[in-house]
Amino acid sequence: MTARAGPASQDPDLLRRLLRAKDRIDAASHEAWPVERLAQVSGVSAAHFARSFRRAFGVPPHRYLLTRRIERATALLRDTDLSITEIAFHTGWESLGTFGRTFRDVTGESPGALRERARAAAHQLGRVPACHVSAAHRPELTSAVSEKRRRVAGATNGPSGIKGAQ
Amino acid sequence: MSQGVEVVGLYVRDQDEALAFYVDKLGFRVHTDLRNGDYRWLTVQHPEQPSFQLGLFAPGPPVHDAATAQALRAVVAKGAMPPLVLTVADCRAAYGRLRERGVEFTQEPVDRYGTVDAGFRDPSGNGWKMIQARR
Repeated sequence: MTARAGPASQDPDLLRRLLRAKDRIDAASHEAWPVERLAQVSGVSAAHFARSFRRAFGVPPHRYLLTRRIERATALLRDTDLSITEIAFHTGWESLGTFGRTFRDVTGESPGALRERARAAAHQLGRVPACHVSAAHRPELTSAVSEKRRRVAGATNGPSGIKGAQ
Repeated sequence: MSQGVEVVGLYVRDQDEALAFYVDKLGFRVHTDLRNGDYRWLTVQHPEQPSFQLGLFAPGPPVHDAATAQALRAVVAKGAMPPLVLTVADCRAAYGRLRERGVEFTQEPVDRYGTVDAGFRDPSGNGWKMIQARR
């Protein structure tokens, strides 16, 4: 291992194999993606995978998976008549409660509220390839969901000193 | 003469590998393949699009210093280059054909927005959307 930091110092062959794991998440974000499974796709050890992925793509693999699920759920809320329960299970959550909570933590609104707002603002996206539409709508998940939850709690109840802590 | 865009280039990690991919797997043809020392100007062409060439260029000397070449190779390998779109008459048929030839698909054909699209990558990591032409 080299001591140099920064994305440019990662071996391009490794990055290409990490990209394959990212592509697999993109293709099937409703599936379970334990680190071992992703590491196998990339041909690296499970111990190295999460750190290498984070270094390459800026987010840990689990958090990347969450953003993709939320993104897909958002599209289904916007574009289909599936119930919120159906959407939760289609996009890979095992419980409706976890889905609703994570969705609210990431997007700032409930699935139902987002559906209403998206429908009210229905606009034409048909001419842009779908992946680029969804990339444009990808939620910015730059901190862990649990972290975000703590920060929000801190902002509401806690002393002001802790809320900016990252 | 006709005016317009003649060449747009991709960065690839290995020009021989890219040539084999775009010609043998995707069915493009070599348009120009010229070498001058370390430098190789390589372009391919879609058989139905004679006025456009796709350049397959390798980061490195004499155009790039070592650090820049490494950064470019990393960006390509991470799939961070801009989107590419290939129009086909029949997305599912093309998917079947290309998959059989070993093309790495990232997305199976999906019906949406009144057409069908699929996604694949070249060996370097450049991502293509393959979209069925609207009739």
